[in-house]
Amino acid sequence: MSAMLRRYGGFITGLSIGLTAFWLLALVLLPYFNLFEASFRPYLPFIDIGGPQDTYSLNNYLSIFSHPTDVKLNFFGFTFLLNISIHLWVFILTIVFSCITTFIALALCYPLAFYLAKVLNPGRLATFMMILIIPMWVSELLRTFAWFILLAFNGPLTILLQDMGLITGGVRWTWALWGYSGVVATMVYVYILFMLFPVYNAMTSLDMNQIEAAKDLGASRFRTHWRVVIPHCKPGIASGCVTVFMLCVGSLLVPGLLNSPSSQWFTEVIYARMFDENDWNGGAAYAFLMLIACTVFVTLAMRLFKVGLADIAK
Amino acid sequence: MTASVELRGVSMDFDKYRAVDNVSVKINPGEFFSFLGPSGCGKTTILRMVSGFIEPTGGQVLIGEEDMHGIGPNKRPTAMIFQNLALFPLMRVWENISFGLEVRGVDKATRRKKAEELLELVELPGVADRYPAQLSGGQRQRVAIARALAVEPKVMLLDEPLSALDLKLRQHMRAELRAIQKRTKVTFIYITHDQGEALAMSDRVAVMSRGQIQQVDVPQKIYNEPANGFVASFVGENNIFTGELSSASTFKTDVGAFDVTTGQGVMRDNKSRLYVRPEHVSLVAKPKAGSNAVPATVEDVSFEGNFAVVHMRDKTGRKLAAELKNDSAAPPPIVGATTNVVFAKENARVLLDSDAVAYDGEE
Repeated sequence: MSAMLRRYGGFITGLSIGLTAFWLLALVLLPYFNLFEASFRPYLPFIDIGGPQDTYSLNNYLSIFSHPTDVKLNFFGFTFLLNISIHLWVFILTIVFSCITTFIALALCYPLAFYLAKVLNPGRLATFMMILIIPMWVSELLRTFAWFILLAFNGPLTILLQDMGLITGGVRWTWALWGYSGVVATMVYVYILFMLFPVYNAMTSLDMNQIEAAKDLGASRFRTHWRVVIPHCKPGIASGCVTVFMLCVGSLLVPGLLNSPSSQWFTEVIYARMFDENDWNGGAAYAFLMLIACTVFVTLAMRLFKVGLADIAK
Repeated sequence: MTASVELRGVSMDFDKYRAVDNVSVKINPGEFFSFLGPSGCGKTTILRMVSGFIEPTGGQVLIGEEDMHGIGPNKRPTAMIFQNLALFPLMRVWENISFGLEVRGVDKATRRKKAEELLELVELPGVADRYPAQLSGGQRQRVAIARALAVEPKVMLLDEPLSALDLKLRQHMRAELRAIQKRTKVTFIYITHDQGEALAMSDRVAVMSRGQIQQVDVPQKIYNEPANGFVASFVGENNIFTGELSSASTFKTDVGAFDVTTGQGVMRDNKSRLYVRPEHVSLVAKPKAGSNAVPATVEDVSFEGNFAVVHMRDKTGRKLAAELKNDSAAPPPIVGATTNVVFAKENARVLLDSDAVAYDGEE
């Protein structure tokens, strides 16, 4: 601070610190705080705001439990009936399918990252990277739309498979997996590079001799990966998983376009409360609920897999 | 547990060059065998072919009479010690050592016990629960040896494992490796570019260049009776004279004709040179008539303690060197003095020029 003062003088020092503080306080913390504060107040007609009814409570948060409904759950031929708040149910499904998406992305990226980092001739790496990156220059909206069209009823995928004689009639591609198949498939495509690059980066730093040493000592391919490659890549895997999971949970665009009639994403619930019902207080409460729950969930998962926060920041 | 290793006409072709060219050699069970050569000579490729990381493009690799073709590195009775050791940094020392046993489904208590035993064997007890990063270079070396021994290999492959250590530790580990080899009776195949290491430790040495074996023999013979000019100049120092053979035992040079011993395959017509080791040279003011003598002027004397190296030039400007034992009664000549480089017939070896030249590039 004093070094900065000496170097640039009072005006520039004051200006740069002031602007940073303005950005942080006014543009980041203030809106958050505003929403946070609003989330504890009831949604009231305009004239009642600030009136005797306008008191702090946890009602907005607790309302996630108060929309009971009967959920019919088909699970490998068994049907379960569940009486649960619909908002809570959507919230749980959002977490579950975000986890599934993250896992699929990891399962696809791990072999690819290993191939790119350890098998592929380095001279051809640039070509492969370009092939992977160029589609990501297209906006997320367009990529989501592309899948929307691709998976549409009687859309290109159906027509292609019909022409190949593999299927007859139309297929509801987005209706499988309890109605989340379209959302999961598209999210995997849209967010996969956020998984690939951290895992790839972790793998490039692995000494090839480690893999050879494991093989030389008799380890099978599976054990070499399980005991040597995966432990080495764990920070990268964790980093990719957290990123993809958070992106999935927070996505509004993909579920908005690819939901089936029977599926909903929790971000849509928040959106509906804020923009359809104009209940910003309730929406804010749900948004914070999601933030807190996801943070807790990620922290627990990291604890379970013994990954430190510092590992992810690497 | 030990086995022979045999290479039968083994070749390895990479995209642009032939790394190993039709190599045949048989390594006996329980032998400490070294491949010695400059970087790029193909010695590491040979090791990787024996370990199974690469398949030769020609010929056969046999371990204990069994053809290893198509058998992967995890199925061969070999264990490798890598140049950078390749210890697993995220496993404790005992887990590192017992990894090969873990792979074989040995239970944890037995593995732990075996690891402790092996740590005793390599004289490094009490570090089982540390991580490799918490050990010194020499200790890591021992852990790597223990890890390789844990799988009870018939053949141990060592890829310049001492090159990362400092000089003193390296010399200590030489003796240590040799002792472990004698104790375990496992066949050791050792790769090095350090002639001192190869000569000091090995039962036999194969000197390699350009993918071919130049000579296979016991260390004394490699040094005293090199097969060709490459072996002579790669192993040890020499005074080299160009010229030609004028009779069966006379070599004519621009500084006179010498009475010499001829090496393998040396004939009058083929290209050969005269090699004399500096320690086989004596400096005499007035040489006897008829002896091999070259007049020379002393340029520099470097005193090394137990011996002194005298650097000289003859009248044609050729550099000559003599290694003289430290003897206070007969001190080396002073700089600027003229003297005669004298050597006996049995120490003057005429050897074939070899087209085997070291590659300049790194391996």
